[in-house]
Amino acid sequence: MTLSSHIRIRDLSVSYGDQEVLKHVSLDIPDRKITVIIGPSGCGKTTLLKAMNRLLDSVEGARVSGTILVDDEDLYDPKAELTHIRKKMGLLSQKPQVLPMSIFDNIAFGPRIHGLRDKRRLSALVERELRAAGLFEEVKDRLHEPASRLSVGQQQRLCLARGLAVEPEIILGDEPTSALDPLSSRIVERRLIELKSDYTVIVVTHILRQARRIADYVAFLYLGELVEHGDAAEVLGSPRDPRTKAYVTGEIS
Amino acid sequence: MISRRRKFEERFFKVLMLGSTVVVIGSLLVILGTVVVKSLPALRFSMLVQTPKGGYYLGKEGGILNAILGSLYLAGGATLLAVVLSLPVVLYLNLYAKKASAFATVARFALDVMWGIPSIVYGAFGFVVMMSLGLRASLLAGVITVALLEIPIMARAMDEVVRLVPRPLLDASVSLGATRFETAIKVAARQALPGIVTAVLIAFGRGIGDAASVLFTAGFTDNVPTSLLRPAATLPLAIFFQLGSPVLEVRERAYASAAILTLIVLAISLVSRVLVRKYGRHTIR
Repeated sequence: MTLSSHIRIRDLSVSYGDQEVLKHVSLDIPDRKITVIIGPSGCGKTTLLKAMNRLLDSVEGARVSGTILVDDEDLYDPKAELTHIRKKMGLLSQKPQVLPMSIFDNIAFGPRIHGLRDKRRLSALVERELRAAGLFEEVKDRLHEPASRLSVGQQQRLCLARGLAVEPEIILGDEPTSALDPLSSRIVERRLIELKSDYTVIVVTHILRQARRIADYVAFLYLGELVEHGDAAEVLGSPRDPRTKAYVTGEIS
Repeated sequence: MISRRRKFEERFFKVLMLGSTVVVIGSLLVILGTVVVKSLPALRFSMLVQTPKGGYYLGKEGGILNAILGSLYLAGGATLLAVVLSLPVVLYLNLYAKKASAFATVARFALDVMWGIPSIVYGAFGFVVMMSLGLRASLLAGVITVALLEIPIMARAMDEVVRLVPRPLLDASVSLGATRFETAIKVAARQALPGIVTAVLIAFGRGIGDAASVLFTAGFTDNVPTSLLRPAATLPLAIFFQLGSPVLEVRERAYASAAILTLIVLAISLVSRVLVRKYGRHTIR
């Protein structure tokens, strides 16, 4: 299958102090598909994700070499504009991080800092994103209440809606459903599947069944190395590398 | 079966702890009680709205309006100045500087040392600077000196809360494309707002009640403050001078001044609780 790709990771290595966490990872992420990164804990999956929107910049002692190209723009070019890069990527963390403001302001936060001030357009935007996240009916009477009063599942859907409000191209999910109950997890998964028609989705997970449910493309990381990657059915069903096989059959986890 | 010794230990320390609490609360009640009882003869509405009359400093008649307004202006101005300086420092240390940077370490150490400097030393310092600049005692000198006194208190209290803002929250803001400044003001400061408000009010309480730092810098006067460059009266110094007066009415007025000062600090404490409730609505716990 030929996959067009506007995200290309080239020879990316990351170390925290003396510890090498990612070793020479090169990977093309296919467009408009859900790419799932799997691997045992500590293998570098979250580091790889954080490298994509340069969140590693704020980690003390992290050294990054290699590059990530998005639309032929080198993210790690010293002249690259950080807010521009980060606006292209929406991040969904494991634990929902609602901002300390109202539900409305959470969603409006991104658009506001990028220049949208018109009240009517902001209201319309907030409503649109909340409807798309399936939250509007649940919160329409309390839009100006603190977002922290929502349940965890609602908060995560709010975070997703908030990330989408800045119109990214890529959605990054760091174990986005680990902290959620099964129902909320399903809602978020379904939403991610809906989103792939318009966005490139990259999800890190340690739940193999989730990978099987949502992945189009899979990358397996083991001890910092990219061991195998390819079509989901192949990597999960008939992996080539023995380490991949051991992981997907549950021998190592 | 618990041994007799352990049982005794348990009971002994419980009594000790309760006893200590009683002593502390009792002390507070005795202090407040003394001030209230002794201030009653002198506490009249006219006390609050008149300046001292009938003599040089602390006249026999009149009130303490000079000190009330002087204290409010001085502590208000000093606290404002302290906020303008402390908040950026704390935001910088926590959100911009690398944790172990030499600059951050030196800054925090400097604040720690400043915290320990006795207020009389600040007063003496302020006095020396005034002399060298050829200035006289003034409200402005008092404001600057008390601001220096308040900064380490305010900054430390603010630092305690801002450093608790979780990193993933900052990551979330930054991931939306916010600059570090936007993250600092709109997210971190918002999250830490209750603690920041408390820090400001604690510092205000300290500043308004201090005598040593204003003794040589703000001077004293019978008049209400009209200019930054003229001396200003303050409640702590009013108490000090009034208590030393040979005139009985003036000595009684000292207790009234003490009562007013205590009331102001109590009011600040209540105001802080209200503000924390109001501005802490959105803070994520």
